[in-house]
Parts: sequence; structure tokens; C-alpha cells
Amino acid sequence: MANDVLVFGEMRGGELKKVVRELVSAAKIVAGETGGSIDAVLVGAGAAASAGRIKGFGLRHIYTVEDELLVNYSTEGYAGVLASLVGEKGYGYVFMGATAMGRDLGPRAAARVDGVMFSDCVDVRFEGGSLVARRPVYSGKLFVEISPEGGRPVFVSIRPNNMAPAVEIGGTTETTARPSGISREKIRAVATGIVPLAGGRPDVTEADVIVSGGRAMKEASNFRMLEDLADLFGGAVGASRAAVDAGFAVQPIQVGQTGKVVNPKLYIACGISGAIQHLAGMRTSKVIVAINKDPNAPIFEKAHYGIVGDLFEVVPLLTAEVRKMLQ
Amino acid sequence: MKIIVLLKRVPDTEAKILINQEGTGIREDGVKFVINPHDEYGIEEGLKLKEKLADGSKVTVVCAGPEESTEVIRTALAMGADDAVHVCDPALSNSNPFTIAEVLAKAISAEGFDIIFCGKQGIDDDMAQVQGILAEKLDIPQVNNATVFEMAGDCRSAKLSRRIEGGDEKVETSMPAIISCDKGLNEPRYASLPGIMKAKKKEIRKKSLADLGIEGIPGAGRSRILKWLPLPKGGECRIVAAEETADAVRELARLLREEAKVI
Repeated sequence: MANDVLVFGEMRGGELKKVVRELVSAAKIVAGETGGSIDAVLVGAGAAASAGRIKGFGLRHIYTVEDELLVNYSTEGYAGVLASLVGEKGYGYVFMGATAMGRDLGPRAAARVDGVMFSDCVDVRFEGGSLVARRPVYSGKLFVEISPEGGRPVFVSIRPNNMAPAVEIGGTTETTARPSGISREKIRAVATGIVPLAGGRPDVTEADVIVSGGRAMKEASNFRMLEDLADLFGGAVGASRAAVDAGFAVQPIQVGQTGKVVNPKLYIACGISGAIQHLAGMRTSKVIVAINKDPNAPIFEKAHYGIVGDLFEVVPLLTAEVRKMLQ
Repeated sequence: MKIIVLLKRVPDTEAKILINQEGTGIREDGVKFVINPHDEYGIEEGLKLKEKLADGSKVTVVCAGPEESTEVIRTALAMGADDAVHVCDPALSNSNPFTIAEVLAKAISAEGFDIIFCGKQGIDDDMAQVQGILAEKLDIPQVNNATVFEMAGDCRSAKLSRRIEGGDEKVETSMPAIISCDKGLNEPRYASLPGIMKAKKKEIRKKSLADLGIEGIPGAGRSRILKWLPLPKGGECRIVAAEETADAVRELARLLREEAKVI
């Protein structure tokens, strides 16, 4: 029914993504107002096994869809499953993570059911009987609040690390295996494998802690120092555009308007002056620490804590101090 | 091949973005507008493909946007694109991705196409929706955030890498397809002086919605922006200082643990 909510339970490598619990929280905000129920759908290998991981979270129904055609991700396969479920059950709202997968399949599925899509939202609420989603624009230089019109299914992608993850509350959830309804000729672009980023650290978009370096890092090998600090938190290493363009760091870790927009609990900016295009990518971090020689660097205007000093002296000291604390 | 590249005119990344007085959008005065940076990778990839094929393939720029978009279209032509279609209609102001996708689908279908390149997202709205909706309207496969693109010899399929969390996903697609491009795919060329001269003579076919046989505004009426909001004011930065750097760092770590509670 149109007051019901569907959560897309994204999996990678058979594991449920962390953001899924945040999606359940978002779904609860909506269902609490519409009086509807929350279902989830898990697609691909390991769906049935992973369903148990979100069973006690207040869901009515979990649909698992496993099929040899869905072992590898494909936009058309996964969007097809989602669209047919939305079409059949008449969900009014569909939540997914603003992840590589969610951002890829959301617009396609929304188009297939003639819906509407709100991308990369950081907050949802209900006001005057309508969903209100808040999303950053201009890479976080501004926000807009947006509401659906016309009674179409509303697809919402939520940025990881924005909502409190749902907790287990018990209750009964029914799990049903569902046929995919997908045929081979419907899948024209398909993933054939994943090459992991070297280093084995989490992606900057998913990390709770990011230690980032700028041009002042001077050379690529100096990033090892940032890795040492990041690893104490199980965090990620990031870089400014200046550091990437200078060849000190690889592009997949670039934070900023032309890189990735990040939202960790702790962002430590080392030798980053704070160009507007970098600030756009990290300003929503909960706690920002700046380490910079120049007391007038714009990064200090956005930071919560700062040390004016040489990063090559400060960072190793901070690493030692944090290591002591965590022991 | 008929290679289509999509283009959007957006504020420069270095631009300060402020809300206009009416609260209905951004202040455009004093803002420099450029080609959407991610679209530059799409243009470059289209040009590279044309040069590699060297069989008379053509690169056509398609842009749906205001009058002023002519400037960024000329830049793309100066980079080496052959010609352009500019859908320009007052009805397109403040349009949503569904409207743009419907309009582009019409314009591209009228042109004919074998492959479509675009940027992974516009750096203004940051929605990354048009390519997916467009792919659905044209009934073709899509690959987003491409960092590697290799066309098969027979031009009927391609192998790509696309950026995902923590790595690259290898993808194979049949053609025609729409490919959204990410940084790392290529190094976009600058427009050369001869290129700029030549671009002045290249054709930009301007079309209104009526020219494309579109009545009304397709895809409209799906959503409404209620409010534009500035960023919440950041608090003061607490500069931790001490005679000895080690003492400052110790104090910082203490604050992060006890006050900010992040360690």
C-alpha cells in the first residue's frame, strides 16, 4: 500500500551494508507517520542468510531474491527486482543507501515505476502529511528541503553515517524467498568482479574516521604517517585535490567537490589549507581537527579543534598519544 | 559511430554559492559558470573514441539548458566535438531530472546514437539521476562512474571499470550504452587556439520543446523545493596551543576523548 515503506537491503560480498540499519531508522520515521509497515528486500547471493541480521528490527516482511542472474550486480537486474516489487505491492516510499549501488539503481528503478527520486539525503521528516527530505546541493555549500508531489512512489537515497542505526526490538518478521522474474536478455551491463583498493582500509565515504593530507605532505611516502594514525581508528586516509594532482595520493581517496563527499565522525585535516572545493566535501563531518602551519588557513574557520604547527611534528605525536589512549 | 556527449553548465567549483534574496535558488551575479567538470571526462572520452576509430565517427554535444549554455557548448566544440544540439526553452527553467531526461531522450533519438557519454553527476544539484532515467527511456544499459573504458573491436560491447566503495567494479556492457564518467578515466584536453577558431564555424542546432515535438513539460510535477538553507554556522575553532608541541597534542587528544568523545 502507498503508506508502506520498502528498504533496499544492500549487500556486498554477501554481507549486509552498515547503512541498511540507518535506512530502517529513516523508514521508521515515515511509517510512524503514515501508519504503514516496513518491508525489506535483499537481492543476490547470500540474501536468505543475511535476512536474519535485520529480522528483529521491526520489519513486517523480508523478501529475499536469489538467482544465478543476480549473483553479480547489474543495474537492470537489481532495478528490475526492485521495480517489480514496488509495482506489485504499491509501496509509497523506497529507501536505499546513497552508495555506488544505490545511486546507480535508484534512478533507473524510479523511472521504471514512474516515481520520483531524492538523492543523497541527510535527513527525512514528515510535515503537514508529507515527506520532507533534506539534501545537500553544490557539494554541501547549501541544503534544500524537498517534498514529493503527485502521489508517485518516492525513492530516497540516504547518505551513510547520517541516521542513528536501528536497534533490535524483537517482534516477528516473515521472510519469503521471491522469484526474480528476470531473464538473461534483460541484463545488458553486468559486473564481472571487484578489484579492491590497495591498503584494505575502508572507503572514505564509509569510514568513521578520516585522516587527510594536503599539498604540505610534500611527497607520497609521507602519507604513511597518516595511515598509521588512521589505522588506530580502523579509519580511512583521504587527500585534497592539491595532493592528488601533485601525485602524492590516488584519486579514489580525494575528498572534495570533484572527489568524494564524506561525513565521518572525526576528520583530521593535515596540511590542508581548506580550499572551498575541499571544504564542500568534508564540512558535514561531526568533528573536524585541523593541523596547519598557517594560522590564517581557511580550514580553521570550519574546524572545531586546531593546532597551529608543523604536521610532520604534530601527527606522529598525535598518533603516539591516541595509541596510548586506546591501549 | 554516432557519439553523443552530454553537457551541463554549472557554477565553478571555486565559486561561493549564496541563496538569492527571494530564497528560490542561488545568486548568479558574480558567479563564474563552467562546463560541469565531470562532463569534461565525457567529452574527452568521446573524442578519444572518435580518434581511435578514425572512421568518420562524429561527436555531437547535446545540452538542455538556458541560453547562456552556448558558451560551454562552444568550449566543447573547441575541444574537438563536431557539432551540437542545444535544447533551450523557457519551460526548462527549474526542471527536475525526469524532465531533462525526457527532453534529452527526444533530442538524442532524433539525432541517432551509438554511445552516450556524460559526467557522473552535475556538481550543482548533485543528483546523478539523469543518466539512469535517460537509459530507461532509451531502453539501453548504463554504466556509472567509469574510470576505464575499452570498446571491443567490433564496437558491439565494451569493458569498463567503475568506482565503488573500496575498489573498482569491472563491468561488461553491450552497445549502445550510456556511460557516466569519473575523474581518472582520462585527462581532458584544453581547447587549442585553432580549435577555438574552428568552433566558431561549427553548427549549434538550437531546439525548443516544440521543435522536438514535445507538448507541455514532460516529467514535471514530481517534487517541490520547499526551502533553500544555508549551512549551519560553524562554531569557533578551538586552537590548542602550548609552549611544547607535545603538550598541545596531549591536550588535543584529551579534548577529542573527553569533550568531543571521538576517541
